[in-house]
Amino acid sequence: MILIVAEHADGKLSKSAYELTEAARQLKREGPVTLLVLGNQVGTVANAAAALGEQVLVADTPALSEYDPEVWAAAVAQIAREGEANTILIAASRSGREYSPRVAVKLDAPLIEDAISLCDVGGELQAEHYTFLARVTERVLAEGPVVVVTVKPGSFPEAKPNASVAEQYDVELELPQRRLIVTGQIKEKSERVSLVEAEIVVAGGRGVGSAEGFTLLVEGLADQLGGAVGATRAVVDSGWRPYSEQVGQTGKTVQPKAYIAIGISGAVQHLSGMSKSKLIVAINKDADAPIFREVDYGVVGDVQEIVPAMIRELQQTP
Amino acid sequence: MRILTVIRQVLNAEESVKVKDAAVDLSSSKLVVDTMDEYGVEQALRMREATPEIEVVVLAIGPPRCEDAVRSALAMGADRAILVEANEPLDVIAISSIVAQVAQTESVELIFCGGQQADWDSHALGAATAERLGWPQATWTNALSFDGTQLIGKHDVDAGNESFTVPVPAVVTTQQGLNEPRYPTLPNLMKAKRKELRRESLEAFDVKPKLKFLGAEVQVRERLRTMIDGKDAQAAATQLVDLLRNQAKVIS
Repeated sequence: MILIVAEHADGKLSKSAYELTEAARQLKREGPVTLLVLGNQVGTVANAAAALGEQVLVADTPALSEYDPEVWAAAVAQIAREGEANTILIAASRSGREYSPRVAVKLDAPLIEDAISLCDVGGELQAEHYTFLARVTERVLAEGPVVVVTVKPGSFPEAKPNASVAEQYDVELELPQRRLIVTGQIKEKSERVSLVEAEIVVAGGRGVGSAEGFTLLVEGLADQLGGAVGATRAVVDSGWRPYSEQVGQTGKTVQPKAYIAIGISGAVQHLSGMSKSKLIVAINKDADAPIFREVDYGVVGDVQEIVPAMIRELQQTP
Repeated sequence: MRILTVIRQVLNAEESVKVKDAAVDLSSSKLVVDTMDEYGVEQALRMREATPEIEVVVLAIGPPRCEDAVRSALAMGADRAILVEANEPLDVIAISSIVAQVAQTESVELIFCGGQQADWDSHALGAATAERLGWPQATWTNALSFDGTQLIGKHDVDAGNESFTVPVPAVVTTQQGLNEPRYPTLPNLMKAKRKELRRESLEAFDVKPKLKFLGAEVQVRERLRTMIDGKDAQAAATQLVDLLRNQAKVIS
C-alpha cells in the first residue's frame, strides 16, 4: 500500500494531506492509497480522510493527543510494516521532517526529503528535490522496495474527494515512552491565514525602519490583501517580529501565488525560503539590492511612501 | 561527558552554485563550515566552559578537503577531531550510520549537528542518528542548558516554540538563536594545527548508500523583471496595483 500520514490541526485535515493524496494517486504504485490518522478524538479528521483515500487507518487514543517524534515514528513504522507499505508519504513540516528519518531507519529504507516530484520508474522511485539552499534541483533514485518520502508543501495540487467514502479501520499501536518532555508552549497565534498555506504573503525586512513601520506597512498591506505576514531574519533578530513569521533557511519555506517583499534586500538565506513563489514583487530603495534580480515586479523607491499609497489604492475598489 | 559535534564543509552561502556534468562542482568555490553546525560547536564549547571535564570531539565525513573545516572547528576550541574520508556523496541515512558508530566507539553522551544542511538541504541527520542509537532527540533547538542529568531547552515545532527537558544521551540539532559562534583567534588557529586529527577510511564503517544521485541542475526561474521607478510614489503604487490586478491577476 501507499501510506500517507495525514496531518491535522484544530480538528481539520491539513492542506498537506490533500496534496500527499494527489501525489499518491499520480504515483500509481501497487496497493491502496491509505491515509493514517494519528491523534485523540479525531473522528472528524478521519471522516475527511475517508473522502480522499481508498482506505483509512485510525489510531484514536489519548496517548496520541500530543505529537512526539519517537511516538510518531514508532506508530508509522509499525503500520508500514503490518500493511507492507511500499511508499510512506509524510508532509515536510517541522514534525514530518524530524520523525521521518526515524521511520526510515526503523524500516531500513531510503529517505527522500522535501520531494517536489515523484515518479515510479520500473518499480523504483525517482524524485526531484531542491538542494544548496533551494538553488539546485537534484534528481535521486531510491534503492529498495520500501521508501520514506517527505513532500514539500505546495508541490502537488490538492486531491479532489472520491465519489465513494472509504472504509475506516481502527488500529492498535505499541507506543514507546516519551523522553522529550514538553514543559511549556508558545503557540503561534495569528488572526491571519497560515504563512505556509497563504496565497499571498507580504514580508518585511529592515527597510521598513522599525517595529511600528512593520505593523503599518507590512501588516497593513497583508490585511488589505487577505495575505499572511512574513519577515526576514534581521527583523526577527531585532525583536520586531516573532520567529514564527521568519521566511528563509532557518524559518519557513513558502511558495505563494504572490510574494511581496517590502524593504528586503534579498540575502541568499532569505531567497531560499521564497524563491519558488509564483510571482515575486519587491519594493526597496536600493536599486542594486539582490532581490531585484529575482522579481517579476520591482519598485525602486521609498517604502514609507509607496506602501501607504498602495493601501489607499486598494481601499478604493476599482 | 564527551560531546560529539558533527560538521560539514559547504559552499559559502554568498557564492553562486556551479554545475558541471549534471553535478554540483565545488572545485573552485569558497567552502566554509556549515553555519548551522557552528552553533553546535559553540554550544559544546560553552558547556565545556561550565563543566571542564567535558571533552569536545569534532566529526566530519567527506573528502580530504574537509580538513580545513575541521581545523576551523578546532580553532574555535574543540579538543580533537575525526575525519572519515569519503569521496562519494553519501545520503543522510547512510551517514547517520557512521555518526552512530563513531558515537559508540567514542562513548559520547551528546551529539550536536545542524538543523538543516546548507548543501543537501537535509534535516534528517540528527533524527536518523538518534534512532540508530536508540536515543531521544531535540531538533531545531534555540536555547539549551545541562543540569548534570538532563538537557533543558527550547525548540521550534509546527505550532510555535516549546520548552522541553530531555535526558542524555541525546541528539540535539542546532539553529540560529542558540548562540553566537565565536571566531577563531590567531593563536587558536596556530594551536589548532597541533591538535589531534584522526583520519579514518569509509571502508571501516560498512555503509551502503540508500539513494543514488542521478543529476543536478541550477534552475533559473524566468522572471518578468518589470521595474518601476518609485520617485513618484503615488504613480508607482497605482501602476503596481494595476499590474497585480490586471496582468498577474493575483488580486481582484
